[in-house]
Parts: sequence; C-alpha cells; structure tokens
Amino acid sequence: MSLSPHKPDSPNALIGRSVARPNAKRLLAGRGRYVTDIQLPRMLHAAFVRSPYAHANIVSIDTSCAATMRGVCLVATGEDLAKLCKPWVGTLDHFAGMKSPPQLPLAVGKVVWAGQAVVAVVAGTRAQAEDAIEHVAIEFEELEPVIDIDAARAIDATLINPDLGSNVAFHAKIESGNVEDAFRDAAAVIEKAYLFGRHTAVTLEPRAIIADYDPTEERLTVHHSTQTPYQFQDLYSRHYGLREARVRVVAPDVGGSFGMKLHVYHEDMAVVGLSIMSGRPVKFVADRIESFVSDIHARDHRIKARIAVEADGIIRGMDVDDVTAVGPFSTYPRTSVVEGNQVVRLIGAPYRFRNYRANLDVVFQNKVQTSQYRAVGHPIAFAVTEALVDSAARKLGIDPFEMRRRNIVTQDMYPYTSPTGYKFERLSHEACLDKLHALMDYPRLRREQAEFRRRGIHRGIGIAMFVEITNPSPAFYGVGGARISAQDGAVVKVTPSGEVHCLISVGEHGQGTETIVGQIIAEQLGIPMDAVRVFTGDTDITPHGGANWACRGAGIGGETALQAGRALKRNLLAVAAIILQARLEDLDMRDGEVVDAATGIPRISLAEIARICYFRSDTLPRDVTPQLSVAHHYSPKGYPFAFTNGVQACHVEVDVETGFVKILKVWVVEDCGRIINPMLVEEQVRGGVVQGLGAAFFEECLYSDNGQLRNGSLADYLVPMAGEMPDIEIAHVETPTLDTELGAKGCGEAGTAAASAAAMNAVNDAIAPLGVSVSQIPMTPQRLLRVLGYA
Amino acid sequence: MSVLASVSITVNGQVVQALVEPRTSLADFLRNDLGLTGTHLGCEMGVCGACLVLLEDRAVHACLMYAVQAHGLGVETIEGLSERRAIADLQQAFHERNALQCGFCTPGVLVTAYELLSNGACPSRAEIRDALSGNYCRCTGYEAIVDAIGQVARGRAKVPNTPAGCKIGSDTDETVS
Ligand code: FES
Ligand code: FES
Repeated sequence: MSLSPHKPDSPNALIGRSVARPNAKRLLAGRGRYVTDIQLPRMLHAAFVRSPYAHANIVSIDTSCAATMRGVCLVATGEDLAKLCKPWVGTLDHFAGMKSPPQLPLAVGKVVWAGQAVVAVVAGTRAQAEDAIEHVAIEFEELEPVIDIDAARAIDATLINPDLGSNVAFHAKIESGNVEDAFRDAAAVIEKAYLFGRHTAVTLEPRAIIADYDPTEERLTVHHSTQTPYQFQDLYSRHYGLREARVRVVAPDVGGSFGMKLHVYHEDMAVVGLSIMSGRPVKFVADRIESFVSDIHARDHRIKARIAVEADGIIRGMDVDDVTAVGPFSTYPRTSVVEGNQVVRLIGAPYRFRNYRANLDVVFQNKVQTSQYRAVGHPIAFAVTEALVDSAARKLGIDPFEMRRRNIVTQDMYPYTSPTGYKFERLSHEACLDKLHALMDYPRLRREQAEFRRRGIHRGIGIAMFVEITNPSPAFYGVGGARISAQDGAVVKVTPSGEVHCLISVGEHGQGTETIVGQIIAEQLGIPMDAVRVFTGDTDITPHGGANWACRGAGIGGETALQAGRALKRNLLAVAAIILQARLEDLDMRDGEVVDAATGIPRISLAEIARICYFRSDTLPRDVTPQLSVAHHYSPKGYPFAFTNGVQACHVEVDVETGFVKILKVWVVEDCGRIINPMLVEEQVRGGVVQGLGAAFFEECLYSDNGQLRNGSLADYLVPMAGEMPDIEIAHVETPTLDTELGAKGCGEAGTAAASAAAMNAVNDAIAPLGVSVSQIPMTPQRLLRVLGYA
Repeated sequence: MSVLASVSITVNGQVVQALVEPRTSLADFLRNDLGLTGTHLGCEMGVCGACLVLLEDRAVHACLMYAVQAHGLGVETIEGLSERRAIADLQQAFHERNALQCGFCTPGVLVTAYELLSNGACPSRAEIRDALSGNYCRCTGYEAIVDAIGQVARGRAKVPNTPAGCKIGSDTDETVS
C-alpha cells in the first residue's frame, strides 16, 4: 500500500492542486446560513444598555419602566446574572506575575469602558428590546478615566482595578548576549520611537449568538459565530455549571473571524444566562456600532527601539522597549498579553544577531479590551525590525536586499534557536529574497524610481521579511492552564454506497478548511473529491479539538485528516484482502476501487466493499468485523511551533503635496511548507496583505481624552476598499515541516505579518530624499504632511 | 404603538402582500418576514454594500429603505437572481477564481457586478475596482473579485482574455512614459 501523500503526479494526487471550494456555491447563491440568519421557534432578542462613560460607579439602576414595555419578557442586571455565572479571570500561569480582575457578564457596581453592557433587555423583537432600553434609568458617578499609557503608569494614577494595586497587568524582560557591548563598539546606532494605533477586526458579519436552554433536559444549544466552538462548550459548561455533554455549540457559516471571534465577550456570556433565565432561545447580534465598542481591538503599542550595526551592515544587536495598553482587564481565556509577548519575541527573528534586550509593559486603561487579532504581534515586530534594518542600510549606503542577505539566518544554521528562545526547524530566507528580487524586477523598479525622482515624483520601494508562528503545540496556551486544545480529531466513515464522511474539529470560515480536508481525505482513499463530504463546527458531531486559531487548520487539522484517512484506508484494504484472498501489501486504492498495487488493475470497488460489510457481513469470516468508521486524533509533538517565513515588497507613490499615498503594487514570497491548495493559500495571503495595508494607511480606533471612541461606525472608521487596493503578486517556496507526514504549516497570517512593515519602508524610501521619515501607523495623509513639514 | 401598514411588493417575480411596521427596513422585511436571508446586513448605514438588492432592476441599499417605500415596486434579491440564472456566469467565475471567502459580502458584490455588466459594458480593472467602491469585503483583498468580474465581462463581450480587463492598461501604470 502506497502512502506517499505528496507526489503530484501520483494517480490520486489532489494535494497541491487548486481545487475550487465545493461549499462556496451555496454562499454564491445566497444560501449561506449564518447565525444572523437563524430563527428558532419562540426566540427572543436581547439588546443592551451600555455605559456612556469610560470609568464610573453605578449608583442606581431602575428597570421598572422598561420591564412593562410592549414585548419585553425579561430585564436583567449585572447582579441578576452574577447569581448564575461564575466570574472569569484572563490570566495564564506561564505569564508569570500577570494580573487581571474577575469579570462578569454585565457590569456590577462600576463600569470600566464606554460601551460596556450594563443592563440586558429581552423582548419579542430586537426593535422592541431597543425601544425598552431607552427606558432603563441608570445613575452613574463619573470617575477619572485612565486613557493615556504614561498616565496609567504614573505613581499617583487612578487605579482601574484598585484590588490589583497598579494599572500594570504584566511586565517581562528578555536579555540575551551582551547588549551594552554590542552598542558600545557599533559603527552606527539608530534609535527611534514607533507608534501603532488601535485597530479592530471589522468582520462583515458582526458577532452573533443564539443561546437556547432547555430546562427539561438541562441542555444548552448555542449557535455561535465563532472560530472555537469546543472552547466555548467548555466555558459555557463551567461558568454556568452545566453538564459538558449537554452543552452543544454550533458554528454554522461564519462571516469572517480573524481571531476576533474566539474571545469571551460579556454580551455573549450574558445571552447564555438570559436563555437560562427565560427558558427560551435568546439571540443577540451586535450592530456595527456595538461591534466597534465591544469587539476586541488590537495593537496599540509604543515602542522605542535601537539597532547597532557594524560598518559592513552586520547587525550587532537590538534593544527594545514596548509599552502596550490593553483595556481595563485582560481578555479571557487567551489573555491580552500574548500580543506584547510576541512583539518582543519576534523582533529581529529573521536575523542572526545574538545580542538582544527587550522590556515589555502591559498596562490597563479605560478603553475596550484588546486581544488577539490576525497576525498577533507580528505586524508590529516586523514593522520595527524592518524599519530599523532599512534605516541602518540607508545610513551605511547598503542596498536593502544586500543588507538583509548579510544578516539573515542561513541554511547552514538550522535547527536554529533565536535569542528570544524560538526554535526554527528550517526557514528559507535566501530563496525567498532571491525569488522576490526576480519577481518584482527590482533593478528595473530602482531605475524607474530614479527617473521619476528627476521629474519630482516620489515613488518608494519597501522590503519586509517575516517569520510567522503556526501549528502551535500546547506550549501556546495549554501549559498556562487554559483549556484550549492544541490537538484535533476526526471521524472518517464510509457510507453504504462507498462515499465518505469526514467530521473534523477544525472549522470553516471561508478560508477553505473543508476543501483542503476533502482533498487530503480523497487523496488518501483514492476517491474523487465529490465523494467526500466534510462536516465541521458542531461540538455534538465532531471530536473535540482546537479548531481555528494561530494558523493551525492546515498544519494540524490537515495532518489529522491525513492520518485518519490512512487509518481508514488500512481498514478498507484489510477487508478487501480478505474478500479477495489477496495480500494487503499488494493492494492499493485508486479511482474508487481497490486495485492491484503493481499493475493498477481494479479488483473490487469501495462501494462493493461497503455493501458487503454493511449488508452481507454473513459472507465474511466469523472473526472479521470490518471497521468502516475511524476516529483519530493528532497532536503536534515535535517543535513547539512550525515557523514559516517569507518576504514582502510594497511599491508606493507619495504625493508630497497632499500626503496621499497610492499603493502601486505588492509582491509576496512566502513559505508555508507543503501547499495543499495553491489558490486558497494565495487568497489567504492576499486577504491578509489587505488587512495589513488597512492598518498601515487607514484603520485606527480614535478616542477622545475622556475615553469615548470617536469613529465607531463604518462611515468614520476607514477600511480598505477595492479602489485603493493594489494587485498582489505571490510566489512560493516550499519547505515542509518534517514533524508531520503532510508537511504543511499555516499561511493565514503571513500576509498581515509584514504588509504594514513593507508599506512603511516604502513610504520612507519615497520621502527619504526629503530628509524625513515616518514611524507611526496608520500613515494618514495628515501624519505624512506633518513629517513633511506642512502641517 | 405604530399602526401596521399594508404593502404589496413584487419580490423575485412574485407578489407579496404583508402588514409591516412602517419602521421596518426593506432588509429586515426581506430577511425576517420573507426568509430571504441572502441579503445581509453589515453596517445598516449604506456604506458596506452587504444589503444590496435590485429595486426595479437598479441596485439599492435595502438597509436604507423602508419596506413601505417598495410598495408597488419590484424587488429582486440574490435568491431571485440565482434562480432565474441571471448571474450564473458570474457565480461560476467567482467559484472558480475563489472570489469569496466567508461569503458575507458576496450577494452584495454580485448585485454590483450584475448592474455593472447589465448594459453590455466591458469595464477595465480600474473601472471594476471603482464600481466596487461601495462593497466592503474583509476577506478577499478584492483582487479575485476583480479578476472574476473581468473574466465574465470579457466572456459576455467575447473579448479574448487579457488580464488587464477589456481595455488595455492596468490599475497601476508603472511604465515611465
Ligand atoms: S448594511 Fe446596507 S450598506 Fe451596509
Ligand atoms: S468574503 Fe468575507 S467579507 Fe467578502
């Protein structure tokens, strides 16, 4: 029996092909089924009264008037829900010394950000619930809001969480090599402060949830627009004291997630309690304005960093200070310190210098919580690293490609451990740089740039390298005590006509998980793709698993599918060998048939095997009980993470009179290991790049001094639209991980990881002749005019 | 509370008569009352394009209209366009080119594409991007959508497939003239 999964020319080959997504046809016909679309019998709708203040005591709440309004079934306060729901704390043990206060679904006694849900109203329609929230009377006593990151850390700062004794949630220090020496003897030192604004995920489908508690069976069913149904099964069960086996979480079609839809949100927890209180299904869909004030935000870092280089461009060391503000508490269950932690551990990662020091301070403030959103920390780490590398290259008169070639971790150095402790199995920086250089025709672009400059047109070329954390082992969350799985499970079963069902714990949100799982299963079993049906996103039907976060779907979910498919194949060939009185080793599966492995001559079809096993088991020997369903789990065991790498280039034209930037083109060369479906990988990269460009040029959650979000609507918060976005050319290098048979690593965050870094370098390349530079994103026209001296 | 209003709207070719609250948006009416959930809501203020439907064959934001305003008129949604196979070529091109990920923007994008190509137009890439300026997509980065629409435009016009769109020239003219 042949087990090689990756021979593109083998008879069953599907891995490596750009197969179109079978499940996309449904969405194209308007037949998607998102949580927002679901209506259940007797369903009620929740709306929330939200805090108008960033920081205030709640003096009194009067719900009596709202409770009598038309259609209102239930009005609940923080105290009401606190009787049902155990509080949660967003800390993890492996972040030593981190602090965060306990949280509850609705505010009790005090509000800590503007937009925090205080009272829930449940009514027959959303409109009725919204009518009634107008009639809830709450008296607040305003407290000093803590907004600024320096003010938050001041000795006499107002404390958001007085019990914790300070507004600092977490502090970490990394020291490797001898940073003082590295800087003392350097030929050049560049030092700069970088600012990264807050932005947010803005999934087109907002957060949506329907909780349906059936008191007769003490059973909870939650339809939830989420990436991690198993995590929520665990959380709803533990925080509401329900039997886990009676809690079902279903994630049907999900309209975008990007890391935003795996955190515990107060409204979502409240909705579960509201269903328990009312005994009826309760639905909550955040409207866009609610999304802006209650979805997690991300980034918000201020970094002071310096780099020391030798005269030939060799980097001697880096020294980094990162302060990040995360909202009034740390997000549950993944915390709000992962981003900062990854920033300080990823800075410098593509390069081989050993002297590194970093200081990280994570502080509380009265704004909505921040936490993991696509590419967590990577965009910041590589914007800082790559800006410093470019500045140094410019100072020394070295070409940016050459500067990087001199400093990267090279093929002879793997396996390699970075100064911050990350272990790289094998990366492909040289090949990626070479490929990018050719792909973008770098010499031509430089010639053109010079010519344009003579005509007063300011074009810029920016390069940014990256490494990306994918396929996380329990080292990510499990070791810190979080009940977040790093493994996945699949059940693969044969139908009586010889088709196949695969029920797997990784989910589908449009990235193509079900397609690649189908490709992998079909290739293992030698059956056509359309004979495989893949089911995801329902804790009642698939095995428990981590689902979708940190780019683990293809690498871990894919390997789970591969191993499950092979186990089923072994079972099928074992029965076939008995039926055919042949040796198992002489048989293989191709085109829906068991064939003679050597000649490819068909011996018996899969359909016939299934028929015999299911309907005529009497014809099989007494001691043979065929196993045509297989349950299989896979957990990563080798490297703690499968790091990927790549390099991006951005080409821009800066109008130095208006500050407007035209993004002309982006190129990406990335290495996500074994590619299962090139088209889907490229579309992940493109979507990721555009989110990174959004952060680079447009997206920022703007707050007033008293903590009010000033641009919380889609008309005011700028997102990248088709007209401003460039075409993106992509090429690949494939360095499979040897930790798995499949060899796949993740690709979903690669685009975002370095897009803003390349963009910032491109803008700085364009304006360098004017003797100025920008070190803050988003690079709005206003900010650019300021650095250009016009504003 | 408010008095119910009686409306008669031709939805996907069939006359629908209903009593609605005057404040009910056309989007909510289609989604909640008629179960036509292919029309999505992303912003409810006319900027994201997820709710686009055709009113008398012109694209309108169903979030910005009241159902009562459609009284006596014809509305067509993604479900209707699909069933009468008016956009089958677009749907196929989107499928093959993977011009959608989560699919939440897709019905609105298809309505925009239907309207853009309805007069036999054969737009350039830049014109396609321009036409999509009211359709927010968080997942795709837009390029695949532009590719798919361009391919259908060329197919309908029987123009040979050049990646730059029907007209010569691309979004970013990078040559030095
Ligand atoms: S929901 Fe109508 S434009 Fe966004
Ligand atoms: S495909 Fe998700 S918003 Fe466009």
